Amino acid sequence: MHTIQSNELLSPTVGKMVVDAPYVAEHRKAGQFIILRIDEYGERVPLTIADADRGAGTITLYYQIVGTSTHKLSQLKKGDSLKDVAGPLGHPTEIKKYGTAVCVGGGIGIAPLYPIVGALKEAGNRVVVIIGARNRDLLILEKELGVLATEIVVCTDDGSHGKKGFVTDALKEVAGREKVDLVVAIGPVPMMKAVSELTRGMAIRTMVSLNSIMVDGTGMCGGCRVSVGGEKKFTCVDGPEFDGHQVDFAELMERLGAYRSEEKLSYDAHRHKCKLDGVLNDGR
Amino acid sequence: MPEQPAAERVQNFSEVPYGFSDDTAMAEAGRCLQCKKPTCMDGCPVGIDIPGFIKEIRDGNFLSAIEVIKQTNSLPAVCGRVCPQESQCEELCVLGKKFEPVAIGSLERFAADYERTREQLPLPARAPQTGKRVAIIGSGPAGLTAAGELNRLGHAVTVFEALHSPGGVLGYGIPEFRLPKEIVHYEIEALRRAGVEIVMNRVIGISETVDDLFDQGYDAIFLGTGAGLPMFLNIPGENLQGVYSANEYLTRSNLMKAYRFPEYDTPIIRADRVAVFGGGNVAMDSARTARRLGGKEVHLIYRRSRDEMPARKEEIHHADEEGVIFDILSNPLRFLGDDKGRVRGVECLKMKLGAPDDSGRRRPVPVEGSEFVVDIDVAIIAIGNAPNPILQKTTAGLKTGRHGTVEADGATQKTSKRGVFAGGDIVSGAATVIEAMGAGRRAAAAIDEYLKTGAW
Ligand SMILES: Cc1cc2nc3c(=O)[nH]c(=O)nc-3n(C[C@H](O)[C@H](O)[C@H](O)COP(=O)(O)OP(=O)(O)OC[C@H]3O[C@@H](n4cnc5c(N)ncnc54)[C@H](O)[C@@H]3O)c2cc1C
Ligand SMILES: Cc1cc2nc3c(=O)[nH]c(=O)nc-3n(C[C@H](O)[C@H](O)[C@H](O)COP(=O)(O)OP(=O)(O)OC[C@H]3O[C@@H](n4cnc5c(N)ncnc54)[C@H](O)[C@@H]3O)c2cc1C
Ligand code: SF4
Ligand code: SF4
Ligand code: FES
Repeated sequence: MHTIQSNELLSPTVGKMVVDAPYVAEHRKAGQFIILRIDEYGERVPLTIADADRGAGTITLYYQIVGTSTHKLSQLKKGDSLKDVAGPLGHPTEIKKYGTAVCVGGGIGIAPLYPIVGALKEAGNRVVVIIGARNRDLLILEKELGVLATEIVVCTDDGSHGKKGFVTDALKEVAGREKVDLVVAIGPVPMMKAVSELTRGMAIRTMVSLNSIMVDGTGMCGGCRVSVGGEKKFTCVDGPEFDGHQVDFAELMERLGAYRSEEKLSYDAHRHKCKLDGVLNDGR
Repeated sequence: MPEQPAAERVQNFSEVPYGFSDDTAMAEAGRCLQCKKPTCMDGCPVGIDIPGFIKEIRDGNFLSAIEVIKQTNSLPAVCGRVCPQESQCEELCVLGKKFEPVAIGSLERFAADYERTREQLPLPARAPQTGKRVAIIGSGPAGLTAAGELNRLGHAVTVFEALHSPGGVLGYGIPEFRLPKEIVHYEIEALRRAGVEIVMNRVIGISETVDDLFDQGYDAIFLGTGAGLPMFLNIPGENLQGVYSANEYLTRSNLMKAYRFPEYDTPIIRADRVAVFGGGNVAMDSARTARRLGGKEVHLIYRRSRDEMPARKEEIHHADEEGVIFDILSNPLRFLGDDKGRVRGVECLKMKLGAPDDSGRRRPVPVEGSEFVVDIDVAIIAIGNAPNPILQKTTAGLKTGRHGTVEADGATQKTSKRGVFAGGDIVSGAATVIEAMGAGRRAAAAIDEYLKTGAW
C-alpha cells in the first residue's frame, strides 16, 4: 500500500499527487516512469516520475484527467492509498554534456520534462525551456522550471499567458538565434511530431518520450509497440524515449485511439457510480 | 470427467470440467492395478508416487492422498488441471495399452481440491533457520517451487515479481475456465504462510542487477523469469488497432479481468469476428477466450494440418466443441485496415503439406494463386514466446543460448555465474508447468548443497 501525502488539483483537469513509494524514490532517474493501480478493479496506469524526495520516500506525479483512471486518481485524498506502484520502469534519459539543449514541453508533458531539465542542467548544459499549453490553466511547473532553466519561454495557444502561439514557433526562434545541440520534446503526439519535423530540417538531434497504451510495462505483452525506423519497438522497455526523426507518429496516434468506445463506456459507468455515491465534485 | 456443456460454457468463464465426486474418484482409483513397477511414474517429471496416492483415494483416505502427492509436488491443484497428462503419466499407464489409462491427473486434482475446500493439511515442518538468504526472481511455477523447497529447508527466501500478482503464466496466461485464479492464490497463500516473502511490483534488471542483490547479502539467486516475450508474424499491418499478441489479449482478460469490464477498468475489444494465429495451447486459450468474449465467428488460422498442431488433444477438442472454426493449411500474408487504422481483414494463402522438416512434421508449402481474405475485427497472434531478455542483458557473466535462453546445467540448474541458478522457461524456452517445477526442485536441492558446502 502506498499512502498519499497530498493530492491537489492545479486546474480543473490537472492534478498533482505526492505518494509514498520509497523504492522508486531511491532508484528513479530522469525519464523513468511508474505503473500504478489504484485499487483491485484498477487498470495499470503509466505515469512519469516528475520528482522524488529520497529522504521522505515519496514521489511526485502530475496527471491530466482524461478518463476513468485519472478521474479516480483525482478523487483520492491525503491519507488514502494506491494499491500498487511498480517501478522505476523504462530507460533513463541519456544525460551528458551536449552543449545547448532545448527542452520543449506541451500540456501534461511538462511534468516528465521537469526532471530531465534538472539533470541536463546539472551535467553542465545550457538549457532553454519552452513550455506551452492551450491556455493558462493547463500550464504547470512554470515557476519551478523558471528556477532550473538557463532561460524559459512560455506560450499559450490563445495568448492567455506568455507569448501567443505554438511551442514550435518559439523553438524556431531559438534555433534561428543560436546553435542547438539537442532537443527534447514531450507532449501531445501532434506536438512531438511537429517539433520532430521542424528539427529534422535543421538536423538537430531530437528525443521524444512516447505515451503508448501499456499493460504490463515489462516487455511481456507488446501492446505498447511502436514503429521506430521501421522496426517494432516496445515503448516500456526499449523507450519511452526515442529518436523523434525515426518515430511513426501517425501509427502511434491511431493506436492511442484503440479503446475509444470502451473508454467512453467505462467513463459513463464510472460517472454513474460517482453520482450514486455523490462524489462527483470536480469541474468536468 | 463430467463437463459444462459447450453451449453453456461459451457464455461464462467458469471451469469446464466439474471434477470427480467422492464416489467416482474412489471407483476410478479402484481401476489402478497398483503395479509393482509403476511405469506411469516414469512419465511424471517430479516423480509423484502415483500408485501410492491412488491407493489412498481408493480407500477413502483423501487427506493421506494429498500428503503423498505433496511430498514431491507443491502445486497439485494446478498440475492436476494443466499437465499434459496424456503425453506424460497417463501415456505410460499399463492400462492404456488395452483400455483407458487411469485418470491420474483428474485424481490428483480431486485430492488437491479436497484439501483446499474440505480438510486442510497442517503446514509442512520447516527445518531450523540456516541464516542463509536466497533471492528468487520471477514467481512462476519454477520460482514458486524453488521458493517452497528452500523455505522448507530453513533458508530465508525472498521472491521478486515484476507484476502486481504472483504466479507467472498461471496468473496472467492460462484462462480462468481452465485454471481458476482462486486456486493459484490459495497455493501462493500457503507459501506465504509457510514463511516465503514475496515482493511484488519489482522488476530486477532495471534499477538493481543480480550483482546488486549479492551485495545486499543474498547468498544464492535463482532466475525463473520465464519466456514472456511475444513473437510477432512480422507481416504488414500488424500494428493496426485490434491486433493483439496472445500475451496481451490473455493478460487483459485474465490478470486484469477485462472479461468483467466495465466493473474492472481494463478494456478489451469484444469483436464478432476474430482470427487467432497458431496451433498450440496458447492459441486454443486465445480462441476459447474470444468465444467467451462474444466472438461469433472465431477462426483459428494454422499453417499445417490439424494433426500437426502442438496443442493438447483435449484442448483442440474443447475448442472444436465450442465452435471455433479451424482454418488449417493457411498462412497469413498481411492485415488489412480501414481508414481509422483498425484491422478489418487478413489476407491468407492456402498451403499444402510437403516433405517432413527437422521437427519430423511435414513442411507446409504455399499453393500459388490461392490467396483469400477473412473478414475480422480482432486478430490474436499466438505463434510463440521467447525468453524475457531483461536479466540476460544486465547480468555480467551469464552465458546465454542461441534464442536468448539462459544456459544451465541439466542436473543442478547452475548457470555460468557463481551462485546463480536458473530454471523453467527461461532455460528451456516455452515448455510446461510441471517441467518448470521439476527444474525448480532440482535447483532447490543444488542451492541447498551450495549453501552448505560453498562448492561450485
Ligand atoms: C511512459 C508513459 C508516461 C506517462 N506519463 C504521464 C504523466 O506523467 N501524466 C499524465 O497525465 N499522463 C501520462 N501518461 C498517460 C497516462 O498513462 C494516460 O493518460 C492514462 O492511462 C489514461 O487513463 P484514463 O483511464 O484516465 O483514460 P482512458 O479512458 O483510458 O483514456 C482517455 C484517453 O487517454 C489515452 N490513453 C489511454 N491509456 C493511455 C496510456 N496508457 N497512455 C497514454 N494515453 C492513454 C487514450 O488514447 C484516450 O484518448 C503516460 C503514459 C506513458 C505510456
Ligand atoms: C497461454 C498459455 C497457456 C499454457 N498452458 C499450459 C498448460 O495447459 N499446461 C502446461 O503444462 N503448460 C502450459 N503453458 C506453459 C507454462 O505456463 C510455462 O511453461 C510455465 O509457466 C513456465 O514457468 P516459469 O516459472 O519458467 O515462468 P513463468 O510462468 O513465465 O513466470 C515467470 C515470472 O517471472 C516474472 N519476471 C520476468 N522477468 C522478471 C524480472 N526481470 N524481474 C522480476 N520478475 C520477472 C514474470 O512476470 C512472471 O511472473 C502455457 C503457457 C501459456 C502462455
Ligand atoms: S504432476 Fe503431472 S505428470 Fe505428474 S502425476 Fe500429476 S498430472 Fe501426471
Ligand atoms: S501404470 Fe497405471 S495401473 Fe499401474 S500403477 Fe500406474 S496408474 Fe496404476
Ligand atoms: S506494456 Fe506490455 S510490452 Fe510494453
